[in-house]
Amino acid sequence: MLLVQVLIPLLLGGTAFAIRSNLKRTWLLPLGGAIHLAITCAILLGREPAASDAWLGLDPLNKVVLGFLSLLFFLCSVYARGYLVSRPDQPNRIFTTSLFVFLAMLTLAVEAQHLGLMWVAIEACTLSSAPLIYFNQNPRSLEATWKYLLIGSVGIALALLGSYFLAYSALHSGMSTSLFFRDLVREAPNLSHPWLRSAFILLFVGYGTKMGLAPMHSWKPDAYGEAPGLVGALLAGGLTTAAFLAVLRFYQICTAAHDVAFARSMMVTIGLFSMALAAVFMVRQRDYKRMLAYSSVEHMGILVLGIGIGGAGIFGSLLHLINNGLTKGVLFLAAANIHRCYGSKRVEDVSGAIRRLPITGALFLAGFFAITGSPPFGPFFSEFTILRAAVAGGRFWVAGLFLIMLFVVFVGMSATVFAVVQGEPSEKAAASGYKDNFFTVAPIIAFLALVLLLGVYVPPPLTRALSEAAAFIEMKP
Amino acid sequence: MHTLVGPLLVVVLLFNLFLLGTSRLQAVINASATQGVLLGVLTLCVHEGFSTWIVLITIVTILVKGVLIPRMLLRAIRDAAIRREIEPFIGFLPCLLLGALGTGASLIFARTLPLAKEHVGSLLVPASMATVWTGFLVLTTRRKAINQVVGYLVLENGIYIMGLTLLQAMPFMVEMGVLLDLFVGIFVMGIILNHIRREFSSLDTAHLSALKE
Repeated sequence: MLLVQVLIPLLLGGTAFAIRSNLKRTWLLPLGGAIHLAITCAILLGREPAASDAWLGLDPLNKVVLGFLSLLFFLCSVYARGYLVSRPDQPNRIFTTSLFVFLAMLTLAVEAQHLGLMWVAIEACTLSSAPLIYFNQNPRSLEATWKYLLIGSVGIALALLGSYFLAYSALHSGMSTSLFFRDLVREAPNLSHPWLRSAFILLFVGYGTKMGLAPMHSWKPDAYGEAPGLVGALLAGGLTTAAFLAVLRFYQICTAAHDVAFARSMMVTIGLFSMALAAVFMVRQRDYKRMLAYSSVEHMGILVLGIGIGGAGIFGSLLHLINNGLTKGVLFLAAANIHRCYGSKRVEDVSGAIRRLPITGALFLAGFFAITGSPPFGPFFSEFTILRAAVAGGRFWVAGLFLIMLFVVFVGMSATVFAVVQGEPSEKAAASGYKDNFFTVAPIIAFLALVLLLGVYVPPPLTRALSEAAAFIEMKP
Repeated sequence: MHTLVGPLLVVVLLFNLFLLGTSRLQAVINASATQGVLLGVLTLCVHEGFSTWIVLITIVTILVKGVLIPRMLLRAIRDAAIRREIEPFIGFLPCLLLGALGTGASLIFARTLPLAKEHVGSLLVPASMATVWTGFLVLTTRRKAINQVVGYLVLENGIYIMGLTLLQAMPFMVEMGVLLDLFVGIFVMGIILNHIRREFSSLDTAHLSALKE
């Protein structure tokens, strides 16, 4: 079943490549997203026995991630249909095919139970997303793609070196070096600690580059700024999540090896630094898509910060993973609609979005309140959980800095967002024929509804799944 | 066969220094290709005994790192008609010095790490780190996009040397997956290079500076 879920998107990708009509091909995306979501539901609801020696498998942690990613891709795929129809000027054959390959590799990365296989899958994700960023085929997107490829490749190369180090730490203690996660976790207490630490540093830097943590984030504003909004949503919610999952797996190995203190302090430091750097660049940001990229840097920082704090912070971080991904869906897709209508992503050229595009404008505004942690949206709840964990752990400095940074981000972001939303639309924008339609608005509404739901009421099955995942990471039976 | 490992690694290290000090692109690409072939031979030497999959890995490594990728890069410089790296961000001599320093540092650092008994005194771990460092230097100090790709390639070569310590542990599939990813990665980079050349009529990454704060 798991293998089928990887193979079907590949098959659809092949079909998309074979279809000649640009318009007909767009229907494949929602179809593929729906099939993927259906299989995920079947997997999560059915009790698939956990095969012990399989390369692909489910555990409490990747169950949560898989469910979230499948939902994210489905909603984005519905939007993609609307987006591609509005861009008849650009051929979408490569784009659609790459999107399916990306989905397949993302699924593979999440379900992989083997260190090497996961690495191969995440690298393949990077490569298949390069054509997505280059969709507009202009000099700027070319530059963004080049930086994305180069920095991403170096990051992923460091992760490979880290993987080898980890394997060596097992070899050094004379064990049979199996690179399955369950074996590594079981044997963790015997691993050679100097090698384990070096491995964790390399892996954290490597996969952290993919997550876009500062100071390895420099590809992010360029890539998210130049790629179509829906690619931004998929990268900010999907690829970064897969990389975060990888970091969590190594964190788990460190926990099992009883050598987690250094990993934690590293995560707290990098987390706070990412938030601070993002805050600095978000103040007076004139490009609203780049602003969203820095917001993504900030929230990746929050994710690793939550893990570094530990305790309830791990639960909060996992919940925030979902909240952030869904809210980024709202923001990136709404920003994409505004971009299409105004033909510019500079604040100088864009104003009055709420008059020109009432639904999209309102959604963009609501998304802004959600991502900055205003109640009653989901991110408020998860950020509050992380804050409480910091206070409960006696880390008042961390809690204080966390709050200050959230405030700076709120102020910085609000200036840009209000400039876009308020005021009178320019004549050029009023004259552009762009209109909201079902495909470009419904997915955003669905994203926002989910964010709102998670803020008001977290369904008990989700709470249970998240608690199980947190216990799994912390090695508590 | 085992006695060859040390001398071969020394040759790899010498090629590192050559890469850092050369401006001619063709020579740089050929040097990275030779390194790739050396790594293939090393694979055969490091492994004790003979098995089909080791021979297969050797052949694929030589094919990918020594033939296919260099060919692609050589074609790219021929199409773009560029020969030299003119103005690197850091000059060739300082770069060479940094490379030599890095090699020394990795020799010292590898001593502080506890090695498995079959690797004590072996050059595999320090050579791996030195090569990674070299790749990183080439990647960050050169202006020509093609040189940055070579830097990435050398970085991967260094990681491959580290992988040799784990030859028995790494499943065949993963090894192949890594090589495939590398190949596809360079291939995608090649396509983008082609677009850069058409867009800017040059492979100088100084043109890629429109996006900043």
